[in-house]
Amino acid sequence: MSVIDYFYSLDPAKLLKNLPGGVAQGILWGLMALGVYITFRLLNVSDLTVEGSFATGGAVTVVLITGGGPAWLRAVFGASAGQFPTWAALLMAFFVGVLCGLVTGMLHSYLGIPAILAGILTQLALFSVNLHIMDMSSNIPVSVDKYPLYVSGRYVLRSIPVAAVITAAIIGILYWYFGTEQGSAIRSTGNNPVMSSAQGIDIEKMKMIGFALSNGIVALAGGLVAQYQGFADVNMGRGASVIGLAAVIIGDVASRAIFKGHINFAVKMAFVILGGIVYYAVVILVLWLKLDTNDLKLFTALIVALFLGIPYLQSKKRESFASAAKGGSGNAET
Amino acid sequence: MLRLENVWKVFDQGTINQKVALKGIDLNIKEGEFVTVIGGNGAGKSTLLNAVAGTWPVTRGRIFIDGNDVTGLPDYKRASLIGRVFQDPMLGTASEMQLEENLALALRRGKKRGLGWGVTNEEKKMFRERLAALGLGLEDRLTAQIGTLSGGQRQAVTLLMASLNAPKLLLLDEHTAALDPATAAKVLEISDNIVREEKLTCLMITHNMTDAINLGNRLIMMNEGTIVVDISGDEKKQLTKNDLLQKFADVAGVQEETDSVLLS
Repeated sequence: MSVIDYFYSLDPAKLLKNLPGGVAQGILWGLMALGVYITFRLLNVSDLTVEGSFATGGAVTVVLITGGGPAWLRAVFGASAGQFPTWAALLMAFFVGVLCGLVTGMLHSYLGIPAILAGILTQLALFSVNLHIMDMSSNIPVSVDKYPLYVSGRYVLRSIPVAAVITAAIIGILYWYFGTEQGSAIRSTGNNPVMSSAQGIDIEKMKMIGFALSNGIVALAGGLVAQYQGFADVNMGRGASVIGLAAVIIGDVASRAIFKGHINFAVKMAFVILGGIVYYAVVILVLWLKLDTNDLKLFTALIVALFLGIPYLQSKKRESFASAAKGGSGNAET
Repeated sequence: MLRLENVWKVFDQGTINQKVALKGIDLNIKEGEFVTVIGGNGAGKSTLLNAVAGTWPVTRGRIFIDGNDVTGLPDYKRASLIGRVFQDPMLGTASEMQLEENLALALRRGKKRGLGWGVTNEEKKMFRERLAALGLGLEDRLTAQIGTLSGGQRQAVTLLMASLNAPKLLLLDEHTAALDPATAAKVLEISDNIVREEKLTCLMITHNMTDAINLGNRLIMMNEGTIVVDISGDEKKQLTKNDLLQKFADVAGVQEETDSVLLS
């Protein structure tokens, strides 16, 4: 096939048709990225628990909706014989995600394991836990025809506003929480732990709350993504931390480009969601260009490496030994 | 107000790097005393301050602040009793948070941090007044990120934060050492004012003998983990730099010239 044939084979209508799906997925994964934002930006640690807790959220949600789960839990929500409420399934996903985060927090705070390694350990353990939750099957389908799902890839245009409303509500709650005394203490812990201790803040406890909240949101997003794609899969969290980083970084770059100076916290979070949407728009574009879907993760890793590296390279360009050897790059007099 | 009883601190105990940094310190500081602490490098000044602040547990001995035995409490649990200013201007404030947020964090030192709003409007008003008193023009920059302030401004803000809710003890750890001379003088002046106005009990480490002599009403000199000179009252008022150098030479038993190199 010649290059010209290749371009003729690309159908703009198909790209337009697929874009709404990208937006819906972008919002849901953007919600997941909000969880990543809490640890990566506010707590200043990289938490890899999300790779596991995202799938945990999906597993819990789908198992409960499709009639599984412990009998006592079903009884609590009056679903002993009937349908488990979707909102309650998502609430449970959030709750179990919080527990996942607490495990990482405890490994980090009580056993002194570096945060990134603590997350890797929890994530590995969660693979087995998730299989147990899904009764040893690696994939459980959930049909939008049979269950009252909030979002579904089959009804994209209806799913977008639902996803947007849920996400906006969570941004609102987070905006409130991080403005409170406790939320401020979490932010200061991530920003300056020495100062925080001196101001009487129990920094280990604050990190614990941060890990818990982050993974709760990630698991909730996992529950929504599982509904959207119509199944929970034990591998659905693979790459979630990197996709989350991609959304956070794209959001960062975009917000800095648009706003100069101080950016409101709620706006920053909204830009994380936008980062997720941009990421999925690019994915749709890549697929439309007929690149192999198997290369997507390679592609994602490259983008994130690029965006993480750019600020470093920019600072190197301003100040480097190489340019110093050439007589300097800046104007020393000004 | 502050009482240390036979306080020892051994770092890396039982290893080849073992270092005895405090050797049985006994110290009693009364309410309202402003104590300056001097000594050469490695004399144990910062170790003494960190022991009081609870950066790590002491090896032996007991520490009391305002009658409370704090020996078993980590730093954040002692924080309600202590205000601290560090040598590094970057350490005392959260650079990515706003000025008012930093002050509000300090105002809640020792209190339960619940789900109430992080900074209230009355607090903002109070912060504005307190900042105006510093005379640095910071009262109009309540929502500025701390990172945009200069080192001297940040140190002044840290001082204000440390003194906001009347701590039993103010700890200043060479807090002007990283500043240029003019800014250092300004920050010292602010420190002195705050200690006087709030009637704080204060422990200040300094490398500068003149500051140690001019400020405060009691002077302690440390050497090799012990307190070797303790001067207060009229003797402190009449103290000169030469007296101090002579005292150090007497106690440490070393040549005067090396001392002046060490101490000035």
